[in-house]
Amino acid sequence: MIDRKFIGTRSTPFTLDVEKGQLRSFAKAVGERNPIYTDENAAAAHGYASLPAPPTFAFCLNLAAPQPSTRYRDMGVDPSKLLHGEQHFHYLKPIFAGDAITLQSEIIDIYDKKNGALEFIVTETTGTNQNGHVVVKMLATTVVQH
Amino acid sequence: MAVLFEDISTGYELEPVRKPPITRTTLALFGGASGDHNPIHIDIDFAKSAGMPDVFAHGMLSMAYLGQVLTNWVPQEAIITFGVRFQSITHLNDEITCSGRVIEKTEQDGKNRVRIEMQAVNQHGDIKLKGEAIVAL
Repeated sequence: MIDRKFIGTRSTPFTLDVEKGQLRSFAKAVGERNPIYTDENAAAAHGYASLPAPPTFAFCLNLAAPQPSTRYRDMGVDPSKLLHGEQHFHYLKPIFAGDAITLQSEIIDIYDKKNGALEFIVTETTGTNQNGHVVVKMLATTVVQH
Repeated sequence: MAVLFEDISTGYELEPVRKPPITRTTLALFGGASGDHNPIHIDIDFAKSAGMPDVFAHGMLSMAYLGQVLTNWVPQEAIITFGVRFQSITHLNDEITCSGRVIEKTEQDGKNRVRIEMQAVNQHGDIKLKGEAIVAL
């Protein structure tokens, strides 16, 4: 059983630049055909300051967190036993290429099912842009199989 | 053409997004582009050592596909929330089709919202993701 004392644990915030090249690679990898995600002229014609980050991209920024698996090991969880159970996004402002997004995560719940055979870690990550505006809140449920 | 709240009724189906079969290349490209470097998705030797028969797709790949149902329909800034539950593993050669259907229309404080039930299925009809989104119209 994961010690419930980890509920409320917060990660050290870190800041990442949103890069055009990475947005274009992501668009290619997911077969995105809408030019506003890859062509700056198309994005500008839509009134965007630069290429927009697509809806699930903020999750990718969070993957770049330094030492993400250390936190699981601290909790006594083997990262190879983890499954992604749920993922939710709440969008407050758009993210564009050129933004610098600061991400901080907090473990907001840990619970179990099936007499502890499955445990669930719920993490909320808040993304804030360089102007201090919260742009996205992400809720991830990670399943630990014992 | 802008999507208008008054033109959309409950039960309205968004244009589905159909994807080609998932290949090892798909997974390698997505691993690199997304920053998800977990070898379980790209390295068959690692996958076998972890007890899996082969590599399998990132859940967030299918969620990115599902998001295209929304962004093909409305400008992205209209999306307020988007969430999924991962139902089953997506395998190599799976052909994912993503769909969405309006299940509720609400007007609150002069703001028009639609709730959309979404899913991603493979060519056998196995549900991979179940999701929901709230969109401002």
